[in-house]
Amino acid sequence: MAEKKNDTAVKKIATRESYGNALKELGEEFPDLVVLDADLAAATKTGIFKKAFPDRHIDCGIAECNMVGIAAGMAAVGKIPFVSSFAMFAAGRAFEQVRNSVGYPHLNVKIGATHAGITVGEDGATHQCNEDLALMRTIPGMVVMCPSDDVEARAAVRAALEYTGPVYIRFGRAAVPVINDRPDYKFEIGKGSVVREGKDVTIVATGICVDSALGAAEKLAAEGIDAEVINICTIKPLDEELIVASARKTGKVVTAEEHTVIGGLGSAVCDCLCAHYPVPVKKLGMQDVFGESGSASALVQKYGLDAEGVYKSVKEFL
Amino acid sequence: MDNLELQKHANDVRKGIVTAVHSAKAGHPGGSLSAADMFTFLYFEEMNIDPEHPDKADRDRFVLSKGHTAPGLYSALANRGFFPVEDLTTLRKLGSYLQGHPCIHIPGVDMSSGSLGQGISAAVGMAMAGMMDQKTFRVYTLLGDGELEEGQVWEAAMFAGHRKLDNLCVIVDNNGLQIDGPVDQVCSPYPIDKKFEAFNFHVINIDAHDFDQIRGALKEARETKGMPTAIVMHSLKGKGVSYMEGSVDWHGKAPNDEEYAAAMADLEKIAEKLAGQQEKAGDR
Repeated sequence: MAEKKNDTAVKKIATRESYGNALKELGEEFPDLVVLDADLAAATKTGIFKKAFPDRHIDCGIAECNMVGIAAGMAAVGKIPFVSSFAMFAAGRAFEQVRNSVGYPHLNVKIGATHAGITVGEDGATHQCNEDLALMRTIPGMVVMCPSDDVEARAAVRAALEYTGPVYIRFGRAAVPVINDRPDYKFEIGKGSVVREGKDVTIVATGICVDSALGAAEKLAAEGIDAEVINICTIKPLDEELIVASARKTGKVVTAEEHTVIGGLGSAVCDCLCAHYPVPVKKLGMQDVFGESGSASALVQKYGLDAEGVYKSVKEFL
Repeated sequence: MDNLELQKHANDVRKGIVTAVHSAKAGHPGGSLSAADMFTFLYFEEMNIDPEHPDKADRDRFVLSKGHTAPGLYSALANRGFFPVEDLTTLRKLGSYLQGHPCIHIPGVDMSSGSLGQGISAAVGMAMAGMMDQKTFRVYTLLGDGELEEGQVWEAAMFAGHRKLDNLCVIVDNNGLQIDGPVDQVCSPYPIDKKFEAFNFHVINIDAHDFDQIRGALKEARETKGMPTAIVMHSLKGKGVSYMEGSVDWHGKAPNDEEYAAAMADLEKIAEKLAGQQEKAGDR
């Protein structure tokens, strides 16, 4: 809890808020952009876009499968739809619609899924989607992104609009520190970034776990362990070159994600390393369990995905 | 185009269906044949389409929500000139562009479909986009009666009714049979017309094999403003091939060589009858 004091100094914003703001900012530039929601505009923050562009925001009611199909149809006639709901419903309930109506015809539909992972918090396991990255990764041609903060989330929304084809972007409910606010920050689909250089171990993280990994690296540094931290926003296509290069340097890799360890970032990294440069890997995330009700911070702590948790796991691994 | 000419085209479409499914040794002839007259009318008469320019922006759209009847759609497209009729024999074969279910990359196919319930949503999305931009194109989608058991159909219908998508025409092929038996025994979708009415559609019941009724219903749909139209067409599964008519066995089965010959003989007889009618008409 030592870093709690510093929290007030660090700017925090939920990536769903960044999402809503980005949609609004990009509305003029992309006249074909339309936003679809399923009765959650206030929560997904597409309401911000709605206020600015009421005629281009379509509330589909509580019917996510149909919403994805509508988006597919709109894309088939030239619109660029951003479809929004909670990750549980966008990727979970509507999985088959995303696969067959968006993925298979490779339509230009963007899925902005909010309230992903355990940081949904109090709503509990039914609403905590820890499977979306895995599900979306299996769809051929689908770009899958999981931004770590406000800067990256806004950049990802722009990149998705500039790219032609289906894209899934995962956003969170809870406010998270801004960590990418630097002049040389550049975003490109499929490119990860080394956010801290090190030589003893590589921590590959995505989403909120990038901040945890950076915190863990500081703690490790205090003990003389020099950890490299890689931020992977694009889970698919994965920046294999960057991950392999780091594995070659450190020889040990830990992955960290607010997601099940089955099929998400950890699995993607293992797929890559198995094929190109096998090294021991430890996967941090939800260890094949459902979440539960609680505050976001309490849950992240319980499931070992805060800085302290990542630090401990890395220590055990080394 | 007069009815006789339409009937001749429809008969060619039926021949293409039977030939494609026979060649593929798999596929869905029953529901393709029951909708053959509608496929024919849509592609030869109703829709603003151009086989030379299958992607033209202002074209009317068609989504085959009951995608398993792809042989019907493909045969109509081929006979209309979107691709060679001979290609129908490549249906479902490795390397062919004629996939088992409609695929958006096939000339003239506006949407991939086949997972039941999903096509209507895509059609609704197309209509929504068209209405937002005051585009003139219309959107047609064909559903099976068994398909109405999919909840997504009603999500889409609710949205279309709510948004008053009068550029949308939903057509239900009510042939009364699904894989496991008669629809009213499996999980009855009846009353179909009253359901769509309750979802704020203008509803028209027609005989699926009467071109005057098809023509009238599609005209009425075009002229209906302020709400989408649902055409419930009462059809005969397997229509045109005597031993397939009204038989659930031919939902998803291909004829063997002998059965194929019998089916083509049935359709040839119809062709001869139509030719005779044309001669008579010419004599007058």
